[in-house]
Amino acid sequence: MTEFLEMGGYGAFVWPAYGAVALVMFGLWISSRRFVKSTEAELATLTLKRETTDET
Amino acid sequence: MFHRFANPTRFLKLADIIQPWAAGLTLVFLGAGLYFGLIASPSDYQQSDTVRIMYVHVPSAWMAMFCYTAMAISSAVGLIWKHPLADLAARATAPIGAGFTFLALLTGSLWGKPMWGTWWVWDARLTSVLVLFFMYLGYMALQNAFDDPARGTKASSILALVGFVNVPIIKFSVDWWNTLHQPASVIKMGGPAIHSSMLIPLILMALAFKAYYIWVMLMRIRGEVNAGKIRALRLRQVHGGAPTYPNGGAPTGSNDGARLNGGAPVDPDLSKEAG
Repeated sequence: MTEFLEMGGYGAFVWPAYGAVALVMFGLWISSRRFVKSTEAELATLTLKRETTDET
Repeated sequence: MFHRFANPTRFLKLADIIQPWAAGLTLVFLGAGLYFGLIASPSDYQQSDTVRIMYVHVPSAWMAMFCYTAMAISSAVGLIWKHPLADLAARATAPIGAGFTFLALLTGSLWGKPMWGTWWVWDARLTSVLVLFFMYLGYMALQNAFDDPARGTKASSILALVGFVNVPIIKFSVDWWNTLHQPASVIKMGGPAIHSSMLIPLILMALAFKAYYIWVMLMRIRGEVNAGKIRALRLRQVHGGAPTYPNGGAPTGSNDGARLNGGAPVDPDLSKEAG
């Protein structure tokens, strides 16, 4: 296990590279998901508001 | 084919089907790629275990160029044919492309230090990729620099097309100029000059990144369509206009907004204003 983590003495370069990839990919995914969720919620509120205005 | 999916509702229905597959494929390819890349593949006889950085660096660099090409094509389709979803696709691609370009630069730097002895060198390959990163940032900044989103989209589309000249420069920079960077070893005449034990994780990671792109890009297009509808509804609220139906008065419940508000009529022409 230690040998695996050491990566032949280059662990300090290999792991940050994989870590950065994980961070960026996860970050992009989560921000995109939030973007969809927040716009969906806002759209639902707006259409509901308009529906109520139309009825009155 | 293009015009069939000009309707955001139809497109989003298709996206609903594709998205879970893209998500599943991302995880499967990523799992397999990481297994082969970190465990099952051998270390290089010259580069030792630093060669494993290649399995994330090279696919990131491919994605950087692929995303820019996709963005330029979408921008051209949006400018020429006024395809409503093409602009949204370009807009959705930009942050993903910028992310992968950043990763290509960062992982390249982390690979360069132990192998070349330096984090960075101002040679043609590295500099042209840095320029690509700035093109992505410029595209995104320009898009949001105008009060009128349509003007922002037009200006940034032109920037995307002009900046496309950088993509072949990146690709051929290692052949045209002297550089520390190695020349192409996978996509080249006469087949790949890389052993299959290293080619497998490379291809698996490349497929994972492609599937991830499709997954996240479709997600972002959905968000952009919603944002367009929100803008249109806000405008109507400000102007106090009553809803109008271009089909002669009959409200249609078949659009995406209708689904969100439980079937109440929403203007079908709202979808055209998206973007």
